[in-house]
Amino acid sequence: MSKATIEHDKGAAAAGDHGAHPTEAFYIKIALILAVVTGAEVALYYIDPPDAANISILLVMAAVKFAMVAAYFMHLRFDSRILRRLFLSGLVLAILVYVAYLMTLGVFI
Amino acid sequence: MASTATLHDPQGDAHSAHGVTNTGLSNEKLAMWTFLGSECLLFGALISTYFLYRGKTLSGVKPQELYDIPYTSVSSFVLLMSSLTMVLALAAIQRGDQRRLRVWLLATAFLGASFIAGQVYEFTSFIREGMTMKTNPASSAFYTLTGFHGVHVTLGIVMLLSLWNLSLRGKLGPERSEVVEIAGLYWHFVDVVWIVIFTIIYLIPS
Repeated sequence: MSKATIEHDKGAAAAGDHGAHPTEAFYIKIALILAVVTGAEVALYYIDPPDAANISILLVMAAVKFAMVAAYFMHLRFDSRILRRLFLSGLVLAILVYVAYLMTLGVFI
Repeated sequence: MASTATLHDPQGDAHSAHGVTNTGLSNEKLAMWTFLGSECLLFGALISTYFLYRGKTLSGVKPQELYDIPYTSVSSFVLLMSSLTMVLALAAIQRGDQRRLRVWLLATAFLGASFIAGQVYEFTSFIREGMTMKTNPASSAFYTLTGFHGVHVTLGIVMLLSLWNLSLRGKLGPERSEVVEIAGLYWHFVDVVWIVIFTIIYLIPS
């Protein structure tokens, strides 16, 4: 076994096990859930004039859809932890920086 | 290629030939995820700018007065379903089914093109209603944000059609499934960005 192969195997172990990708039927189920959540979002928009509670529910539904696409369609749930951390670093940094920026300018107050 | 694996094995082997490093991941996939992480900051800046201006516009038509929620909901649904067809294209190449790969790639490109056509129609109707890029800061921020997203979708369509062409010429075998996976990551990312835009720009009022 070459030194490169050993290094690669060590790296793969550190990166986490790469699980098998889901079946097509599973992907279709995820898409159906996403469609239902989108329908619920639009229904919520029409049922009530959006107040703080409705806005919170809309944000949670968007976060669920985001997480499902990232986890299952982008395979973050099954791929290396390194990739998950890399993407989450950018995402969390963006949320923190821009929420702080908007709060400084009084947008949420 | 200057991957770590290459540095450890100057003669090269199967891993280094495919760009695999000592992280166990290919350079290309790692690069795409890094790029997507940085794109979060780009779209975060554009969304924040829209948030900053949407409630402070004193003159002209405001974007939120013109939104057609049923129409945009259909567009959002179309883009969401394109993520399904994209992942089915990946599943097809991984099991060596070239015909279905091409069908799903074309379906994804078609759904993406439908989304873009919808956006062009939306922009045209907004301009007809008197909201141009220069009307007010909110309209400017709206067109910049959604326009930037549209450009990303358009680039994704170009990638998909290039992959379709490669497959048609027999240059996209199962051993190159990672190329489809990486293009798919980009495509799913533009979908998740739209999930955020649709909710916080269209559904949540100022």
